[in-house]
Amino acid sequence: MIETQIPALIALAFVLFAILIPVFSLWRSELAQPLAVVGSGLAATLSLFGFINYLNNGAIRYFFGGWEPPIGIEFVYDGLSAFMVLVINTIALLVLIHSKHISKREFPGKEMPYFTMAMLMMLGFNGMVLTGDLFNFYVFLEISSLASYALIAIGEKQAPFSAFRYLIIGTTGGTLYLLGIGFLYTVTGTLNLIDMSAMLPMVADNTAVIAALILMIVGIGVKAALFPMHGWLPDAYTYASSSSTALIAPIGTKVAAYMLFRIVLYLFGVELIDAVAPLTTVIGVLACIGILYGSIMAIAQTELKRMLAFSSISQIGYIIMGLSLANPFGFAGALLHVVNHAAMKACLFLVSGNLRLKEGHTNITRFDDSFRKKYPWTMASFTVAAISMVGLPPLAGFFSKWYLALGTIDNENWLFLAVILVSSLLNAVYFFRILEKVYMKNPDAADKETIAADVKRNEVSTSMLTPTIILALSLFVIGFANAVIVGFLMNIFPMQ
Amino acid sequence: MDISIVPLLAILVSLVAVPLILFSSSKPNLREGWTILAGVIKFGLVLSLLPGAIDGQTVSLHLFDLAPGMPFELAADPIGVFFAVIASGLWIFTSFYSIGYMRGAGEKKQTRYFASFAICLSATIGIAFSANLLTFIVFYEMLTLATYPLVIHKETKKAINAGRKYLAYTLTAGLLLIAAAGLTYYYTGSIEFNPGGIFADANVPHTAMLIIFILFLGGVGVKAGIMPLHSWLPSAMAAPTPVSALLHAVAVVKSGVFAVIRVVGYVFGTDVMASYGLNDILIVLAGATIILASLLAFAQDNLKRRLAYSTVGHLSYIVLGVALLTPLGMQGGIMHIAAHATMKITLFFCAGAIYVNLHRENISNLNGIAKVMPWTMAAFTIGSMGLAGVPPLNGFVSKWFLALGSLEGEMVLPLIILIISGILNVGYFFPIIQRAYFRKGEGLENYGEASPFMVIPLFATAVLSIFFGMFPNLFFNFFDLATSIAGTLFTGG
Repeated sequence: MIETQIPALIALAFVLFAILIPVFSLWRSELAQPLAVVGSGLAATLSLFGFINYLNNGAIRYFFGGWEPPIGIEFVYDGLSAFMVLVINTIALLVLIHSKHISKREFPGKEMPYFTMAMLMMLGFNGMVLTGDLFNFYVFLEISSLASYALIAIGEKQAPFSAFRYLIIGTTGGTLYLLGIGFLYTVTGTLNLIDMSAMLPMVADNTAVIAALILMIVGIGVKAALFPMHGWLPDAYTYASSSSTALIAPIGTKVAAYMLFRIVLYLFGVELIDAVAPLTTVIGVLACIGILYGSIMAIAQTELKRMLAFSSISQIGYIIMGLSLANPFGFAGALLHVVNHAAMKACLFLVSGNLRLKEGHTNITRFDDSFRKKYPWTMASFTVAAISMVGLPPLAGFFSKWYLALGTIDNENWLFLAVILVSSLLNAVYFFRILEKVYMKNPDAADKETIAADVKRNEVSTSMLTPTIILALSLFVIGFANAVIVGFLMNIFPMQ
Repeated sequence: MDISIVPLLAILVSLVAVPLILFSSSKPNLREGWTILAGVIKFGLVLSLLPGAIDGQTVSLHLFDLAPGMPFELAADPIGVFFAVIASGLWIFTSFYSIGYMRGAGEKKQTRYFASFAICLSATIGIAFSANLLTFIVFYEMLTLATYPLVIHKETKKAINAGRKYLAYTLTAGLLLIAAAGLTYYYTGSIEFNPGGIFADANVPHTAMLIIFILFLGGVGVKAGIMPLHSWLPSAMAAPTPVSALLHAVAVVKSGVFAVIRVVGYVFGTDVMASYGLNDILIVLAGATIILASLLAFAQDNLKRRLAYSTVGHLSYIVLGVALLTPLGMQGGIMHIAAHATMKITLFFCAGAIYVNLHRENISNLNGIAKVMPWTMAAFTIGSMGLAGVPPLNGFVSKWFLALGSLEGEMVLPLIILIISGILNVGYFFPIIQRAYFRKGEGLENYGEASPFMVIPLFATAVLSIFFGMFPNLFFNFFDLATSIAGTLFTGG
């Protein structure tokens, strides 16, 4: 039965191509990118089949080597993880298709290591999502982190420095997490998530358990860029190559946020946590500060990539706020926002990649209305993604905001509700600012017609344009089909 | 309740026209042909719903779920059809007028203009036919977004600032509406519009009810121009005049007052409004807006800005009528939607014709223009007298019912406000007419009447407002329709 092997096969697809890419690149170096596309395409297809199989036949617990936990290790392919791998692998596929020309332009000759690292990073992300074991999660976390340090170091002159900074902060976070699971292991004697969640209620009053929880939240919070552990993110995203950013930004922080969901909602459970310390409230408040901080900082930026990076800090706040609400609406809103934000941010970063390839910069102050003529489809995609980020219906972004708002109302948490609403306005400020520049002639310009007559359409190639447009269109599709997704998500809410 | 696809088609027809308009960018006549065609089809579709609406029937269409348990549902109920007939009917006039205006004024980016206009009309009809709050919000935000390119159309510094202000007001309003809808769902478990109100059976604490009402008011009050949320409207006059005429006198602002009617009659319900004393807030705000806006209108020398403040005042007539919570007041408010629409669109059309033809936009420069533009000024006189409430024009009929409504509710203050405002209306419109007819103009020798594309629509809407005044039942049984809508909202009382 192939269906039951799918969890392992998804991860193996990336392992296989991480080996194939260096081998084939020895023969033909231009094969690296197509192979990466094939690898992630295979993983995305498997994720889709696996997801359909989950809908028909339910969850799969895959025991490696047939050894059952707690002796062996396992992959847990339940609704949440099936959903996550489908999202991240689909986005990765689209971004890798897009990266062909950028890789040639931004890091010529380094395609082989780049795409090998991309495969390893995706292996790490998929492993983090699928694993049912806390220590294994750490292993995959480190695989993905090491690969992403390398990917971020490929880019502008400052990129190695920002990657090094990320490495220091990220490793500290990883170590705190490891310390946390060490504490938990000494208390419970197991590392398996399902096993441990059965034991935790018996030892909940042990201070080591609370300490462990805090350590784990801080450690993963670094990876998720939860305020105030976000310091590494703006530089890392800004200076890295456009394809690295487009690959890491929509996926990386989400996977860490996913792990917070696993730990808070599945492993401990909110009742257990809040009986000892109001940690969910603390997380929620931090998320709120992050939402406002990220939005305000984004307004202050003049570099598109940096603006998008700060916007990411704000958007991850939405997801974690949804988690802290711990009710079905908040849960569904947060996970819907995982999909939405992955699609929107990937689209926006692909647009910035397109502009960098053609213009050589993404400095907002130098945007003008010639862009509209030169890159009509790229800018149209940008507009759609921007409007979705602001959260106007019927685009996808509106609906995650709607469910999060319902979630805050259900908890009668008016502060969080206000933060969600105010943040939409801040998003409007930094996105409409760009739309104004691109679609309108500069009213200060002496010469009334700033579009020179010789500006011709100069749109990027099909391999770059197609993923950009698909992502933009997907925002309409997700928007109209959100009831299906949310219906599914509310079904898998763990605290019925 | 019957199922019908007509409401959906009425919304879609102008959306379908958008790509056609965009692809005919290089052939202006074909491009405008699509606009006219879409307008006529849309009007026909909406009219086909009218007989049912007059019989008090509602046709609806449940499409799919926007959110679990919250369908994307359209329902053409009497009040929705009433609003849709006005908006889609006047779109045809505006389309012809736009052709004359945009070409006459040599405006750029006309393709964007006509495409955005078509989206706006889809959104407006969507607002009219939304069956629940979430569907309503979708179209309400769509209208905000589609109007933005029209407000900034001229791309001058002034226009861009007006656009920013417009977005700041309307996006904030949209967020308040989302919060209000969420709270409504929390307390009642429903977001479905219903003539008795959603809150009728809910047991909601007084403070919470007040907060929800204020959130709703913030949400719909911006587009309805209720003070102090009105100030985007005069700024938005930076847009080309057909935009001011259809959107800022009919579609957008009337969507706002239509939303007030939805909120008062279909979300809270008239009984709940009265028992929680929520209508008092509306009466005070609307009354203050009527007086203040009329006074501010005096201070404007720019003709379009004066009309804008006049619009703010007249929108609050409608709000006031609704807030009286009496059948006659409601009827007067609903009828004033139609009355103000036909008259104010006439006045804006006139202002645009004067601007394109004579390049004048200030009232102080209008001396003697009736000599060169007799048809335009005749229409202007009809429109302004109608707004001042002179019988037999249609402004009189709706005002009469508003007055009866306040007597029925045994309230004297609204009556006084109506009388004062009538006098103020005469006060700020009469000087324009006096200048145009009785003062000697300068530099008008080489000018004649504006292009027929503008003069025919503006005269047609003026004639329309006379007919509606004298025979309100002649064309579309508007009078009976308004009576029956008002009746359904007060069955309990």
